[in-house]
Amino acid sequence: MAEFNNAVKEVNVESVKASQRTSKIIRYTITYLFLGIMAIIVIFPFYWMIISSFKTMDEYRANVPTLWPQNFVFENFVTAFSKANLMDLFAHTMFVGVVSTVLSLIVTVFSAFAFARLQFKGRNLMFGLLMATMMVPGELYTITNYLTVSGRLPFVSEPVEAFDITNTFAVLIFPMLVSVFYIYLLRQTFMQIPNELYLAAKVDGTSDFKYLWKVMLPLSVSTIITITILKMMGAWNAYIWPRLVANDAAHQLITNGLRGASFTDEFGETNYPAQMAAVTIVSIPLFLVFVFLRKYIMRGVSRSGIKG
Amino acid sequence: MSKEKAVKKKKLRAVSDNIDVKNQFKGWLYLSPALILLIIFSFYPLLNTFRMAFLNGYNGLAIVGGEKFTIGIENFKTVINYVDFKLCLKNTLLLCVITVPISTTLALLIAVALNSIKPLQKFLQTVFFLPYVTNSIAIGMVFNAMFTRVGLGDLIQTQGIINNIIGIFGIEPINFVNVGSSWGANMFVVCTYIIWNAIPFKILVLLGGLQNVNKQYYEAAKIDGTSKIRTFFRITIPLVSPMLAYVIITSFIGGFKEYSSIVGIFGDGMGPGGNGQMNTLVGYVYNMLPKSNSGNASAASLILFGIILIVTAINGYVSKKKVHY
Repeated sequence: MAEFNNAVKEVNVESVKASQRTSKIIRYTITYLFLGIMAIIVIFPFYWMIISSFKTMDEYRANVPTLWPQNFVFENFVTAFSKANLMDLFAHTMFVGVVSTVLSLIVTVFSAFAFARLQFKGRNLMFGLLMATMMVPGELYTITNYLTVSGRLPFVSEPVEAFDITNTFAVLIFPMLVSVFYIYLLRQTFMQIPNELYLAAKVDGTSDFKYLWKVMLPLSVSTIITITILKMMGAWNAYIWPRLVANDAAHQLITNGLRGASFTDEFGETNYPAQMAAVTIVSIPLFLVFVFLRKYIMRGVSRSGIKG
Repeated sequence: MSKEKAVKKKKLRAVSDNIDVKNQFKGWLYLSPALILLIIFSFYPLLNTFRMAFLNGYNGLAIVGGEKFTIGIENFKTVINYVDFKLCLKNTLLLCVITVPISTTLALLIAVALNSIKPLQKFLQTVFFLPYVTNSIAIGMVFNAMFTRVGLGDLIQTQGIINNIIGIFGIEPINFVNVGSSWGANMFVVCTYIIWNAIPFKILVLLGGLQNVNKQYYEAAKIDGTSKIRTFFRITIPLVSPMLAYVIITSFIGGFKEYSSIVGIFGDGMGPGGNGQMNTLVGYVYNMLPKSNSGNASAASLILFGIILIVTAINGYVSKKKVHY
């Protein structure tokens, strides 16, 4: 009887193990299948963008779509550069991006240092006030800022010409220079540097500025890099504000130029391959940043949820 | 030895006292560049928006001859009674209600699936993060191209790749984004794009949460013979609920501020052929601006702010009851 029971048990254990194995295989198959399909959906727009940029217009228009260009044409990229004026747009965007990043870093470093290290009355109140502004949607500022930069000041009945700075690079740089989020990010990094270091430097007679420059900044390089990347990406992707205040040919930024460019030929037909080539060119720098500097971006975004 | 230490300590204290006095001035000095810019471009605009919103018919300038605008809620009345505004409000609300649950669910499923595998995990994680680092206008144009048919009437040459794909399943071609396309079809395209765009950030946050969950909970559930589905609802979801709440709040706020993805797809006409049928609240505010309707624009932006505050408060209230910290 005991032997029989043991045999039954063994059979059960075996069958349970077997069924567990099959269910495990099924589960993994479903998981990978699901992830695979989702990955294809996520990738597909990029794939379509890139292969379309190499197609001829005739092939793009073909009734039966091709998933791989029959013959690669690079002409679309040439068309894109000329039609969308991409060289100029690149130059404008790089100029605005670099200048505003450098200025923004200076402002951010000074404020973060003040909040992290210096003791003064009203510090916590100011910090709280700044944090509170993070809650406010940017649209609320944009309305007044639009009036301010176009010289329409309150309590004046005519626009003031001297204050009209629309269609300049300054208007693309200064209103967006201070980011409370960057100040917060850098302050948190500065706070991790032990205070003893600061007092020791003071005993040695090091000035605040020298201490900030020689000790704190080198220890916070990774946050500085994160801010630089986010700010540069911000200039690259900026659309709303530049469209409102500096949308002339001499100051247009890349995203505006791309959306505003006409890829329509003389027959009123849109040259989609050229358009996709332009979109690809605009996307490539972002891909490169993504591939090489991903960890810095992730560090920033996981804390904020903001883009650029 | 101890004497030396005491002297050093005294010296340190003297230094730090000295610093305190000096820093009163220095603190504000270091803060001043940021403060000046913030006062001009953030604090003043914030107050001014409220002022403009409550000055009836304000256009950004004072009246010639020293007359004053009357104070009242006319701007709000004008905005609310405007037909366009109702359409914008409807579009924005629907976008939020459709995209937030779908993208959150998908992101959660993908995050859980990613967390349960070992081979290819890093690779797939990178793939799923790709849409995050993109230019929303540029990729919007790609979505437009994928949904657009080329040619007119009987001369249609290609229906667009999406129509080709759904054609495999026997579905008739749909006019998604071309002139004359329906509001529903447009909505579908916009929602698809927003969901596609919103998933990476959510996966990033949720996967971070999942990876921090103590493995012992799952082992205990396994020993008890708890089914996978029950484990998911009883262990996984409660443990990542703080991240879920965070992701839902941020995507609701983002959804109410939706604008550039629609510009990417349709151009700043905010609809097929620029007819504005996909316009949103933020789009409404921006359309008002160049027309010198500062009062109306301010009122509309305050309504938007109010909605965001209410949604955040509701989310906070629900989270307090449901979120398991």
